[in-house]
Amino acid sequence: MIKLKINGQEQTWDGDASLPLLWFLRDEVGLTGTKYGCGQALCGSCTVLVEKEAVRSCITSVSDVAGRDVTTIEGLHPTGDHPVQKAWRQINVPQCGFCQTGQIMQAASLLMQNPKPSHDQIRDAMSGNICRCGCYQRIENAVHLASTGV
Amino acid sequence: MNIFANPNKPRGFERSIKVENLSRRGILKGLGLAGSFVLAAPLMSRSAFAAYETGASKMPHGTVVDPRVFVSIAPDGIVTIIAHRSEMGTGVRTSLPLVVAEELEANWSRVRVQQADGDEVKYGNQDTDGSRSTRHYLMPMRQIGACARTMLESAAARRWSVPATEVKAVNHEVVHSASGRKLGFGELAADAAKEPVPSIEGLKLKDPKDFRYLGKGEIGIVDLRDITTGTARYGADVRLPGMKYAVIARPPVTGGKLVSFDGSEAMKISGVEKVLEVKGWPWPSKFQPLGGVAVIARNTGAAIKGRDALKVVWEDGPNGKYDSAAYRKELEDAARKPGLIVRKEGDVDAALKSADKVIVGEYYLPHLAHVSMEPPVAVAEVRANKAEIWAPVQSPGGTREDVAKTLDIPIENVTINVTLLGGGFGRKSKCDFALEAALLSKELGVPVKVQWTREDDIHHDFLHTVSAERIEAGLDKNGKVIAWRHRSVAPSIASTFAAGAVHQAPFELGMGLIDLPFEIANIQCENPEAAAHTRIGWFRSVSNIPRAFAVQSMVGEIARATNRDQKDMLLELIGAPRIVDLSSVKDPWNYGEPYGSYPIDTARLRKVVELVAQKGEWGRPMAKGHGLGIAVHRSFVSYIATIVEVAVDEKGKLTVPRVDTAIDCGTFVNPERIESQLEGAAIMGLSLAKYGEVTFKDGKVQQKNLDDFPVIRIDESPRVTNVYIVPPGPDTPPSGVGEPGVPPFAPALTNAIFAATGKRIRVLPIGKQLET
Repeated sequence: MIKLKINGQEQTWDGDASLPLLWFLRDEVGLTGTKYGCGQALCGSCTVLVEKEAVRSCITSVSDVAGRDVTTIEGLHPTGDHPVQKAWRQINVPQCGFCQTGQIMQAASLLMQNPKPSHDQIRDAMSGNICRCGCYQRIENAVHLASTGV
Repeated sequence: MNIFANPNKPRGFERSIKVENLSRRGILKGLGLAGSFVLAAPLMSRSAFAAYETGASKMPHGTVVDPRVFVSIAPDGIVTIIAHRSEMGTGVRTSLPLVVAEELEANWSRVRVQQADGDEVKYGNQDTDGSRSTRHYLMPMRQIGACARTMLESAAARRWSVPATEVKAVNHEVVHSASGRKLGFGELAADAAKEPVPSIEGLKLKDPKDFRYLGKGEIGIVDLRDITTGTARYGADVRLPGMKYAVIARPPVTGGKLVSFDGSEAMKISGVEKVLEVKGWPWPSKFQPLGGVAVIARNTGAAIKGRDALKVVWEDGPNGKYDSAAYRKELEDAARKPGLIVRKEGDVDAALKSADKVIVGEYYLPHLAHVSMEPPVAVAEVRANKAEIWAPVQSPGGTREDVAKTLDIPIENVTINVTLLGGGFGRKSKCDFALEAALLSKELGVPVKVQWTREDDIHHDFLHTVSAERIEAGLDKNGKVIAWRHRSVAPSIASTFAAGAVHQAPFELGMGLIDLPFEIANIQCENPEAAAHTRIGWFRSVSNIPRAFAVQSMVGEIARATNRDQKDMLLELIGAPRIVDLSSVKDPWNYGEPYGSYPIDTARLRKVVELVAQKGEWGRPMAKGHGLGIAVHRSFVSYIATIVEVAVDEKGKLTVPRVDTAIDCGTFVNPERIESQLEGAAIMGLSLAKYGEVTFKDGKVQQKNLDDFPVIRIDESPRVTNVYIVPPGPDTPPSGVGEPGVPPFAPALTNAIFAATGKRIRVLPIGKQLET
């Protein structure tokens, strides 16, 4: 039996310990805000926080996070008003929106570690997250806005 | 055309072929509220009456202009507006309801948007493709809003016993200014529902100067908060009680089939519950499933692991030798020989013979995969002879028809719930993934989700066609272009629907080949044969990608050969402001639109070139290794010109500091979403130009995931993309936005690379061609 915390709530899993955290979150717990995009840590759609670190849940097994604190988009802020989320809405970032939760989690992690990133640092830190619609200009501006106060 | 004139219109793809029109093809709970505006939704369908004619009436099921279908008002005043087109990122789920709200005089903060299920008899055509939503539905949505507003005004006038001309709907209430009386929409809803629906012809539409929302771009998309909090529901996010998760092993070669399989190892995987065969259809299989072996599990992770453990024997079939390198040679050889003539003006052979100089450009563009961020996925619940589907489909009506046919049940028994689409780009016009889910749910008797992995998505896509383009331009001794022959060779989308289709269909020829807007005395367009060896489908902007690349690269080549500025050369070739005469073309396809409303107007083409040149500072000084390139292209009846600035360092590393794009899309609804579409089109254009290539060996796709089929990431995206929108003239019909930004990007980029380096890129992707 594996125990872990997701968004502050204790969860247990007694199935296949190697099950990717992504599918545990989506199919077993029902937290569908974390998305599947590639399964190989290439696109960042599945990004969650393990403590303060952005992690690709598609290549992280449930056993890898035993005893850890996992935060998904649903737990980022109680009312959905994290500065990154607010900046995203102010700039009208999304097109289809599918990759955006992963982008937001990545951006939140960046700002925890570097509260005032430069534009180049933003582009570097966000380069693991693909947006096929091509919202990059707005993503860059939204992360910058979140870092300077929304 | 009356939409009831032919109720038995052809179904599925055939319906589109026959109408010569490119078509990719919760139940409204709450509408029955007591006292609400809509007590029932009676069927009353009418075509729009507009100052301009569009191709909307020729689409399957045409348009429905009926406020009782699209608008309901609850006693508390909340207005619910139906979005009947699919949202894949263009903003249509916001834009069209916003049009209704504008004419209705509704306050947007008190409007809710409800997604329609797939029901084209009720809502009109729902094929969300071809950059058509705004151009076909701007006027019908205005009329729907105006009808509902008129009914509210009539109800208020009756209540107050005053002439209807004395009352006016203003911001969610109807006012009688003479007496100062006011009634909210909610208070009037029940009475308004009893008013007759006014005739469209007599409707009074708002004066555009009074618009509060249209053309302003100040409204966020309706799903914005949900997207940022993770509560927006895509196809992948649907969960039903008792639902099983399926992944499918499909034949690795198009047209191949299952010989045998052994699922015993798969069944040992924790969480795997069943392994079974999925029915496939013979090639060309249209939108029907490819067949294969499904692994059913309690979660997706287990299903994927189970599939990895399958032992399957496939028969590859007639495409087992498809090799894209050999095929490229075939296409290029074909482009060097005469082909079917599809446009002919003057005598191009004689003119080329008499020319002082002939410039030949040969261009090649490979297959592309869509890779929408959400891979294909669908949930189905089939019980007895009823089917309910939840899926991210661009073609809800077509999906409904195909599910009914595939399960052999009446169409009335099929419900298609349209979720948000995590990207579409044309891939989700084809509903094979929904049909797989339906077949599996029927077989298993429980709800089933079919999830495609990214590898499945790339291996079994309906790929963008591969193309060889060859242009010969003849110049007289003054450098004037007197002859233009363009041969375009590419397997047709029609090959996915009919065996033996070797020529481009009219809708493909009309995308940048026969619609050449240049003023040249001798023009000939040819289409040599090409047979397909995989599923070919629509990809955002379709055949315009290779055609615009060839034509706009050739402009750069001619400018170079005659030592002229690219932009000046482009304007010279476009020639005088005029309507292009296509009378020499037997079957001119104009994106399904009547040529009268949507002609090729070179004045508008010139205007976007001039606008982007001015705003984008064409000719500005460039640092060493930097260069500017320009391209213009009309597609989806819109006009777009793009300037790209590139920087290429000593090692050949390519970056894009700046992009400028000007669009004339006629009358528009939401300029902010036009900007986002064009920002995105630059990224997609850069992706395909720099990296995009799907190759085949032994009939199998060689790429697997986003590492070997890369797309642009933020660190290599343009530093800035500026968008300029041409203000519409009065009554300029609306035209496409979602797709037309893509075609001019790649040639503007490669023209810029030429300016920076002197190296002409004629083959995409650029890949390592610039490396030194």
